Amino acid sequence: MVAVPIIEGARAARFPAFPVGGTAGASLKPEHLAAIHADPAPVGFFEVHAENYMGAGGPPHAALAAIRERWPVSLHGVCMSIGGPQPLDKDHLRRFKSLVERYEPALVSEHLAWATHDTTYFNDLLPLPYTQATLARVAEHIDEMQEAIRRPILLENPSTYVVFPESTLGETEFLRELVRRTGCGLLLDVNNVFVSATNHGFSALEYLAGFPLEHVGEIHLAGHAEQEDDEGALLLIDSHDGPVADAVWKLYEIVIGRSGPVPTLIEWDSDIPDWPVLKAEAEATQRILDREAACPARGMAHA
Amino acid sequence: MPEPVISISETCRERLGYAAAFTPALLDPEIGEPEVIAGPNGKSAKKRYDVYRNNVTVSLINALSDTFPATQRIVGEEFFRAMARLHVRQSPPTSPLLSDYGRDFPDFIEDFEHARNLPYLADVARIERAWLDAYHAADAAPLHGHMLTAIPPETLGQAVFTTHPATRVVRSRFAAVTIFSVNRRNEPFGRVKAGEPEDALVTRPRLEVFVRRLPPGGARFLESLMAGEPFRKAVDAALEEDGDFDLTANISGVIEAGVFTAVMVSEHGDNG
Repeated sequence: MVAVPIIEGARAARFPAFPVGGTAGASLKPEHLAAIHADPAPVGFFEVHAENYMGAGGPPHAALAAIRERWPVSLHGVCMSIGGPQPLDKDHLRRFKSLVERYEPALVSEHLAWATHDTTYFNDLLPLPYTQATLARVAEHIDEMQEAIRRPILLENPSTYVVFPESTLGETEFLRELVRRTGCGLLLDVNNVFVSATNHGFSALEYLAGFPLEHVGEIHLAGHAEQEDDEGALLLIDSHDGPVADAVWKLYEIVIGRSGPVPTLIEWDSDIPDWPVLKAEAEATQRILDREAACPARGMAHA
Repeated sequence: MPEPVISISETCRERLGYAAAFTPALLDPEIGEPEVIAGPNGKSAKKRYDVYRNNVTVSLINALSDTFPATQRIVGEEFFRAMARLHVRQSPPTSPLLSDYGRDFPDFIEDFEHARNLPYLADVARIERAWLDAYHAADAAPLHGHMLTAIPPETLGQAVFTTHPATRVVRSRFAAVTIFSVNRRNEPFGRVKAGEPEDALVTRPRLEVFVRRLPPGGARFLESLMAGEPFRKAVDAALEEDGDFDLTANISGVIEAGVFTAVMVSEHGDNG
């Protein structure tokens, strides 16, 4: 077995406590490792999908440890199934906890979605109705996860393609209430807002006006793909396979103008480009963050 | 003990049925989209639900394709994805760790009637599955050769070995190791005598996974040692299976490949 020290209390940190505030980061992809280590100034932080580092040992852990020695890491969970009705998978919770202890991530996040039902894992971020019943259940799950890892998580707003007629709460209302009940923070995915707004025909700006930005600890930006719905209208797919769309950059600048320089990640998970392309997206993000940091007086004026 | 608390009212329980309602059609194209969902403003949800169907099926086929690249190269992408689609529908993952997915895919391939003309295909897939297990196995320092030479010859027969977490043996009635190797390298290759039996040793002493062809009797020798049987018994078993078993070559191969992490000699005689 690999030694994963689980020592309570005064445990000496194994990695430097790098600050992550006000920086732009990038998804960590194995194909970029050599280029990243050769780059004198790559990005502010790297984000990994927790599940890709849940094996016992081998190259993934060696690579992540080498990254964590030099830069802050954000641990992003994809399959905790927090938004599902059934109890959380205790084995998965234990694996997640040991990753948090092993890598001391600067940020820890999960999704408002679910992926497992009964014993089947569907490998997708599936949607849930927003009702008092689901609110209570999701809050229990967040409590359980936060107790297990002994720190608050950031919960990400989903991109969705369907609605549940049984929903009685709006998504921002649902998220706001989860923050109040559990003390969790939020991960605002601006691309998801744009995708869902387009797919469901609501205003992204109105959604953002109702989003509790004061609780946002991280922002995601990503590319999306275009399809059509049954009526021939535009249906956007949260594909993470290309550059950030112009409309999403616009929304992002508005958000940053209101929230201040929140750490922001460029997600790119499919059709992965060469490192300089991904880095250029992060650099564009960093310029927006730096501009805001230089003149922070605008406050909530854009809302 | 307090009475068990039923925390959710009956109405709420009904409202938590969304996962049971949402999932059956995800992997079954014969079932229409679930009734619990809709499009916004009275729109249809068919294509919208298809986004989820597609995400689930395609991402799981991709997971199999990532784990079994040589298998895919042998049959071609179109054939592989059609075969993987059937497997995904029959045996979707039960763990959120996709590195654990596909354990029963080699058996599925063996029974897949359209792949019967490639009898070695399942064994190639078994080697690829072992490769991924070795890749993610726990790290451990391999046994040094001097640990073995330090054992007095008269007690060596009782020595028992600890297997490295990454070590796997895959036996094949076909030339599965050669076929795996040439297809994994993705380079052109000449004629392969597919009917030649080959046994694979899969290990990862440090960060790189190795797949080697074992010499005659080598697989039986290793399987015996990996099962915790003493050295003498393993040698006997190997010789019984193959008279050409070369002990010296096998021992040096095993040490060089990092198959074991430790060796122990019991104080009380050899029962083997």
